[in-house]
Amino acid sequence: MTFAPLSAIALLSAATLGYELLLLRITALIHWHHFAALAISVAMLGFGAAGSAVAILRRPLLSRYPQSFSLAAGAFALSALVCTLVAQQVPFNAFELAWSFMAWGDLLVLYLLFFLPFFCAAVALCLAYATQGEQAFRVYRADLAGAALGALLMLASLHEMPTMAALRGVTALAFLAAGLATRRHFWFWLVLAGGSALLPPAWLRPSFSPYKDISQALAVKEARLLASRQGPLGEIAVVASPFAPQRHAPGLSPLSPAIPPEQLAIFVDGQAAGAVTHFAGDFAPLSYVAAMGSSLPYRLFERPRVLVLGAGAGAEVLQAKALGAQEVVAVEADPEMVALVEEDLAAFSGRPYRQPGVRLEIAEARGFLASTRERFDLIQLALLDGQVGTLAGLSALQENYLYTVEAFAAYLDHLRPGGLLAITRWLQLPPRDALRLTATAISALERRGEEPDKSLLLLRTLNTTTLLVKNGAFSEQEIAAARRFADQYAFDLAYFPGATAADSNRHNHLEADEFFAGIEALLGPAREDFLRTAPFDLRPTRDDRPYFAHFFSWKNLPEFWRLRRQGAVPPLEWGYPLLLLALVQALVAAAVLILLPLAIGASRHAFRSVPASTRLGVTAYFLLLGFAFMAVEIPLLARLSLLLAHPAYAATLVLAGLLIFAGLGAGYAHRLRQKNLWPFAALLVLIPAYALALPLLEGAMAWPLPLRAVLASGLIAPLGFFLGMPFPLALAWLAERAPALTPWAWGINGFASVIAALAATLLAIHFGHAAVLGLAVLAYFIAWLVLAWLRSS
Amino acid sequence: MRPLGVSQRFILGMVALSCALAVAADEWASKRQAMVEAVASVANELATPISAEVLAVLARVPRHEFVPAAQRVHAYENRPLPIGYGQTISQPYIVALMSDLAKVGAGGTALEVGTGSGYQAAILAELGARVRTIEIIEPLAREAQARLSRLGYRERVEVRIADGYFGWPEKGPYDAILVTAAASHVPPPLVAQLKPGGRMVIPVGAPFQTQQLLLIEKQADGGLKTRQMMPVRFVPLVGGK
Repeated sequence: MTFAPLSAIALLSAATLGYELLLLRITALIHWHHFAALAISVAMLGFGAAGSAVAILRRPLLSRYPQSFSLAAGAFALSALVCTLVAQQVPFNAFELAWSFMAWGDLLVLYLLFFLPFFCAAVALCLAYATQGEQAFRVYRADLAGAALGALLMLASLHEMPTMAALRGVTALAFLAAGLATRRHFWFWLVLAGGSALLPPAWLRPSFSPYKDISQALAVKEARLLASRQGPLGEIAVVASPFAPQRHAPGLSPLSPAIPPEQLAIFVDGQAAGAVTHFAGDFAPLSYVAAMGSSLPYRLFERPRVLVLGAGAGAEVLQAKALGAQEVVAVEADPEMVALVEEDLAAFSGRPYRQPGVRLEIAEARGFLASTRERFDLIQLALLDGQVGTLAGLSALQENYLYTVEAFAAYLDHLRPGGLLAITRWLQLPPRDALRLTATAISALERRGEEPDKSLLLLRTLNTTTLLVKNGAFSEQEIAAARRFADQYAFDLAYFPGATAADSNRHNHLEADEFFAGIEALLGPAREDFLRTAPFDLRPTRDDRPYFAHFFSWKNLPEFWRLRRQGAVPPLEWGYPLLLLALVQALVAAAVLILLPLAIGASRHAFRSVPASTRLGVTAYFLLLGFAFMAVEIPLLARLSLLLAHPAYAATLVLAGLLIFAGLGAGYAHRLRQKNLWPFAALLVLIPAYALALPLLEGAMAWPLPLRAVLASGLIAPLGFFLGMPFPLALAWLAERAPALTPWAWGINGFASVIAALAATLLAIHFGHAAVLGLAVLAYFIAWLVLAWLRSS
Repeated sequence: MRPLGVSQRFILGMVALSCALAVAADEWASKRQAMVEAVASVANELATPISAEVLAVLARVPRHEFVPAAQRVHAYENRPLPIGYGQTISQPYIVALMSDLAKVGAGGTALEVGTGSGYQAAILAELGARVRTIEIIEPLAREAQARLSRLGYRERVEVRIADGYFGWPEKGPYDAILVTAAASHVPPPLVAQLKPGGRMVIPVGAPFQTQQLLLIEKQADGGLKTRQMMPVRFVPLVGGK
């Protein structure tokens, strides 16, 4: 029997992982990211399904190896291209899932379209594992090295090129893998690879869902895309709309004597992300900013020194300058956003970051704070989220380290005595994020030994809230000034030290003022009761559990169904129920597909020769392994993205690093042969050590990026090395004792990875990352026992 | 039997067709009645009754004429529906509630920002108002205009393709202003076009959702009274079970 060269396996693996990352991006771009997770988790079941399929069709597929590998790889290349393009035409409308069967039908079509390419690729890879017998560790190593390569290439490509363009690379690599696998039709595959590298750009344009903000903006008469930039933090697009220009001024009073001048709308991944305001050096046309709720802190200072975190297109910087800030330090993580405003749109924007008294820092907020000892009168967190996205609860599953207790502590540390932290958010009814922010601020203040009730103030406009947290106690004069500001613009002070219910609901009347009542409850002795009984999760967020936008509580579910019947979708966060749905789907599909080979013809016969207890043991072992690996990867990724202060770099480093070192570990495990199981012991020591050490990384956030990258790699290396060992250890044993089970076991591991990725996120939301790592330890321990038992029996 | 002549066939065909149409019209009417009952029951459940007048109008305006053909079967369900261009026709209950809150009656003037399908404009017209409506998506505006004319609202509803931010000052001030699109703030030029005693209603939410409703009343002295409402009843945060 001939073997496909390892290079073919590595290339196919690179293409497959690249495609997975690409599909996540594309789906997040066209729809919303949690639908991406939903669709792709189903697609990844293709791996498990391929295991079952190969187990069933083992003999015919293996007898035609490596041609069968080649064909499956080619089918992956073709289907990746075709399915991605066809999926763009599916009119899936996520917002109608609550009512419409059609929406579910479209979702099902998306599932199938995404499933097919992964299934094809996985069939090829699974065949490679099944043919190699005891040498499977070589395949594993090539597989992991290829995947690492794919991760690096894809993230580099997403950094440099329009998202969809990467589809060329994926297809070309996979065709090349098909060609390398057999020498026979090499030129044929090479021509296909070349052809796919030359796909016309017109095919590769994302067609956004019509419900995305950018589609709505572009539907307006005369609106057009003016500029765009591609960066690691997303696709930024600028839309000019001369017929009906953008007028972005969150919380501007309806009594404002002035209105915003012309603006250009900004979108990140198709979602509204503020605007660039026309500025020509004269602050007079910007006088409207004084009537925005976010201007309240400027009423309490003379010429403050201001830090703007998440400065984006510069709205808060201009606001600060227009309202007399002496100095503004603007921190923005995305250099592409800055380049867009300062270079591409320089003539329009008037280069806000180059105004006198403005200093720009390209950094992530937490990373910047850790690296500086500067202090400010005012730290302002810019309002970057689009209103619609926020109200629809579209970011419930995203980690957010800006609004954690640890982040608040860092903000307070960088305030001068008497300084203010100001956070403006869109107003939600019933109140959620304003109350969670307050709860988080209270936690941070209490940690510093301060009295929270003296340091908090919440302003409510018609559609925003601005929370002020003071380093010190608010004075009578400041409260009086805040009240004058509120009265002038018909805003309400929802809370201030000494406020009563009558003070808080005067201008913009709420039927039930749950802002004031909620803050009272948070400040009073019954806080824990309130948090426990509230219909939303309002607990303070921490770095260990940084899911700020996750408010979902099970108590809401009956409410959801009741209101759905009334025709309304209540203010529920979508992310969480969809995650749960994805998990249920994955569990059902996995159960069916794992059991299928036990029921069908050829494989049923082959499986019979293996004792039932062994089959059970193998199932348990590979399920545990798949789960444990993800339960380590997900918290590690979350924590290191905080350390590296950059989600894209962290994803590259963690993914590629883990894969490379796991590959090295796999090679080493082969040398160990089968007697030794000490790698498990190493994992049982290492993982708890990491769980304890990861929170301490906050101290290293001030280090320069190269040093932090070295530290992160140093953390990934040993862990990755040992994580790579359990899989080939068992695979080698299996190849010797029950080779018919190899594809099946491989598939089970694939299923477990999908399920674990979803479950680990779910568990992290509830119990935090440390708890998820704890479960990983437990899973490895049980896996160890299972493998030892399998060996001895 | 002699084969039927062309004219006979035509007549027979027309009879059959009109029977079918009558049956269909009847079916629409009964569906519409069911929708009105659903709206009324939701309103009762929420203890925010909707006036008999608005309910009567809801029972008259053919909502199925305002939705795309593919959505017609759902036209009388009490929920929002897609109408193309990423826009929706609001949930009938919300339309009823907004019309009720606007308190615009016979002889009144109303400005609508965001024509969409034209359904809300038709409802306001049926309530007796003189309606001006603005849309920024050109094809939607044209479709709505043609539809409103066809359904006999040509005299009572004027459609304009314009930037809604600045309203339609030439035809103002208005007794009621209804804004259907969420904005980052309430446009001061619109507030300025409200008559003293006039009312502005703005629902805020993502597509297919309405979570917050804002009612702005202009006082006789030009001051504003605003009310923040939720069109859905939710478990109370404090003091809830």
